[in-house]
Parts: sequence; structure tokens; C-alpha cells
Amino acid sequence: MSRAITPRKKIMWTALAWGLGLLIFFPILWTFLTSFKSESTAISDPPVWFLFDWTTENYSAVLERSNYPLALMNSIIIAVGSTILGILIAVPAAWAMAFVPGRRTKDVLLWMLSTKMLPAIGVLYPLVLIAKYFGVMDSRILLIVILMLINLPIIVWMLYTYFREIPGEILEAARMDGASLKSEIIYVLTPMAVPGIASTILLNIILAWNEAFWTILLTTVDAAPLTKFIASFSAPEGLFYAKLSAASIMAIAPILIMGWFSQKQLVRGLTFGAVK
Amino acid sequence: MATQQSRAAARIMIAPAVIVLLVWMLVPLCMTLYFSFADYRPMRGVFEAWIGFGNYASFLSSSSFLDALGTTLWMVAGILSITIVGGVLFALLLDQPMFGQGIVRILVIAPFFVMPTVSALVWKNMFFNVDNGLFSYLYKFLGMQPYDFLSQAPLFSIVVIVAWQWLPFATLILLTAVQSLSSEQLEAAEMDGAPGISRFWYIILPHLSRAITVVILIQTIFLLSIFAEIFVTPNGAFGTRTLTYLVYQRVLESQNIGLGSAGGIVAVILANIVAIFLMRIVGKNLDN
Repeated sequence: MSRAITPRKKIMWTALAWGLGLLIFFPILWTFLTSFKSESTAISDPPVWFLFDWTTENYSAVLERSNYPLALMNSIIIAVGSTILGILIAVPAAWAMAFVPGRRTKDVLLWMLSTKMLPAIGVLYPLVLIAKYFGVMDSRILLIVILMLINLPIIVWMLYTYFREIPGEILEAARMDGASLKSEIIYVLTPMAVPGIASTILLNIILAWNEAFWTILLTTVDAAPLTKFIASFSAPEGLFYAKLSAASIMAIAPILIMGWFSQKQLVRGLTFGAVK
Repeated sequence: MATQQSRAAARIMIAPAVIVLLVWMLVPLCMTLYFSFADYRPMRGVFEAWIGFGNYASFLSSSSFLDALGTTLWMVAGILSITIVGGVLFALLLDQPMFGQGIVRILVIAPFFVMPTVSALVWKNMFFNVDNGLFSYLYKFLGMQPYDFLSQAPLFSIVVIVAWQWLPFATLILLTAVQSLSSEQLEAAEMDGAPGISRFWYIILPHLSRAITVVILIQTIFLLSIFAEIFVTPNGAFGTRTLTYLVYQRVLESQNIGLGSAGGIVAVILANIVAIFLMRIVGKNLDN
């Protein structure tokens, strides 16, 4: 049974929600609009909204800046690389914990989460030392490994909650029918696990893409991803709003779109199953 | 039933994840612990392996630590109160019948996906900037003197930026919790003539309390290590130096590794106090 909804009430809620929603979204919208203005229009007084000469010159200017393509490439390689590496390590672990739970499974899961709570600042200098010792400062492989380690607890956790939803009876039925462990994994588990793994990958690419502690402090140029590239815009004040906006939009657009698809997984992944 | 064999296989499958995390957690942390008892200033070529608790004493008694701790607490408290209150209101709003609910939800959660350096710079330049920021135009439009947010109210500015980023997170989680509330209970209360405010106070809020606790704990853990937003805005100046930023400056800028490491250990201990509470809740949930 649902409560009676008068059309007037519905319109009222719609107006309120849209108004507040647009207010929250406004900084992104404004950045988007500014990215199509000329630098002088971008700081015109009073501000102009939609009626200006739309131009894509900022985008081409940013793309021509030598290090933008490199930063984009680094972001992609680091985010995707760390996610894939994490998945490779996490899938077997989560699978074993979900289907062959032991007495200590719960403790292991909680302990893994606890590593996520370790503030990065507490291990900053040792990491710099270790990176220098192995000669991997400012390298992609360093960031791939570190971001994988940071997100591994979340990956294991998410996969575990997904795998646990796969009914055990199906596995038993397959075993009864004489399926070997190998074919059990390939034909029974994998198809059922794919959606969960896909969502996990999606959320982790987002998290790795936006990570802004290690990526800023452990890179200079060669491995600097977009987070660091954008930070380099903090120095010149004033006349670069349009270019800053164009660079920002290019940095956030792919993740924004992926994020919209992963709303539900976000809750699951970031609350470790504590809110359902 | 799991057999002996499958248990052994399970252990082998879990091992890589456990080993890499164990190494990741223990090796750097032990190094920090070791440095925290040393007088180690590489720029001046000073290294003395054991000076006892000297670093802790000077870190904890310095006025910059107390300032940083105060700044951190204000920042976290400010962000938490904005995001929790705003998140509850948004969650209740988004649960109402309306046109285009999906689109509104997309608009509201968007800030969460914006990378920290982008949101900090966009706010800093295009909103807070005293010459060309939108807020200055707004002030002028209303006939007031433009206000230089980042130098007059830097802490407030950072709180606004970070709260904007985390409001979607709180909203999304609280919305999930609101939607799991049974409508029968609310309808029964409504039929009994309970006014909206007491329905909120006695039914909705208690139902949300667990989700609110989870949001507070998770956000606190993340907010304690806010870095990028401070790094690209006032750079730790004007009283925005949090504990994380203070340790960063000691370690990487002034290269006093011993002192910075002691600060790092202090930060780890503080974060762990919060983490224990979160782990309890998560752990309980594992049982059902």
C-alpha cells in the first residue's frame, strides 16, 4: 500500500529536489561552461552564463601542453593496472573465504580491513626510502603496487560479499553431477561471479583514479597522473580559468560517467557491507 | 562440507593477499617506529639510532602539534556535521515521490567522483578567489564588500570544499538506509496521528542511527588523512595545518625524520582509536 500522493505535492518535491540537486552539481556545471569560454570571458564581470562564443580552444591548448597526454596515460595505466593486479590477488582469496569458510575467516577479513585504516602519513618516509632503494621513485610500477595495496582490502571485501550471495547448493549440485573443481570454477562459478567482479573493477578504477596522496607525493613528471597534473595548476593565479576548467573536465569526465553506473556498488564497497 | 583437501587449497588461495598486506602493513610501520626513536636529519647528516622518547616529547609538547590537532578536530567536526545533517535531509528528500528522481540522484552524487585536486582548485579559483571568484560577484551584486575566503576564513573554505565532496557519500548511504525502512510502520504512525516531526524523531532517526554511525566512522578515517585539498589551496598556511599536513612538513619539507615519524605514529594511534569502533560494527554485521 502506498500513501496517497497528490500531484501538487509531487510537483513541490520535484521542484525542491531539482533546485537543491542543481545547486550541489553547480560547481561541475560551472567548470563545464567555463571550459568553453575564452580566458577573458571566463573572468568577465558580471559572469556570463550560456550566451558567449563557445570555443574548444582551451581543450586543444591543454592537449598541446606536452605533459597532458602523458598524465592521462599514466592515470589510465595506474588505475587499470592496480585494479587488475588487485583482482588477480583478491579473487582466489575471496573465493576461498566465501566457499570454504574456516574458523578464522572473519578475523582475517577484519584484519584486512584494519590495514585500510592505517593513515598513509604514518608510512610516508619509509615508502620514499624503499622506493629510492629500489630505484622506482616516480615510476608507474610503484604507484600500481601501492594503489593495489591500498585498495586490496576493499577488493577482497567486495568480492567476498558478492561471492557469498552465490548459493552453495548450486556448487553441491555441480559436484554431485561429477564436475571437477576446475570445471566447477569455469562453468558454474565464473558466470555467476562476473557481475560482482565487474562492479568491483569499476569501483576500484574510480578509487585509484582519484587517489591524491601517494600520486602527488611519489611522482614528479614521468609517472605523474592527472591528480598531480591538475595540482600543477595551483601555482599560476588569475588568467587561466578556462584552461584549468578544460583540463579539469577532461580529468573527471570518464570517472564521472563510470561513477554514475556504480552508485549501488559504492555503498557496498565503501561501507564494507555494514549498510545494506 | 569442506574437506581437508579443500581447506588446504583455500589456505593457499588466501595466502598471497594476506602476505602482501602483512608486508605492506608491517615493514613501513616498523621503519617509522624505528625512526621515531632516532634523531635522524639527513639534510644535516645527523643520525643517532636511539634517543628514547625525545621525539614524542617534543612533538606532543610543541604548540604546532596542539594547533594541528585543534585544526584537525574542527575540520573533521565541521565536515561531519554538514555532511550528516545535509545527508539525512537529502536522503529523505530523494525518497519522496518526484519526477526525474534518478537524474536528481545523479546530480547529487556527482561531486564524489571529482578528484580532490580538481575540486580544490575549482573552488579555490572560480568560487573563493577574491578578484574573479563567483562569490565575490555575488557579494558585489548584493552591494557588499567581496570577502577573501581563503585568507580570511581558510579553515571554513576547506570545510566547504571537502563537505561538498563527501555530502554525496553520506546521502547515498543514508538513502540506502531510508529505503530499507518499512513503510507499514510509518503508515501506522501516521494513522495514529503522529505529526511529521515525531515520526522523524521516533521512527526514522532511530532506524538511521546505525547508518549514521557508519558514515561518521568511515568519513572520520578518511578525513583524518585529508591531504590534497590542503596541498593545493593554502598549503598549510593560515591555520589549515592538520595533523597529516604537519607530519608531511616535518618529514618531507624540513626533513626531520625522527620528529615526523613520532608524529606519524601519533596519527596512526589516533586513527586506530576510531577504527576500533568501526571494526566492531562491521564485525557484528558479519555474523548475520
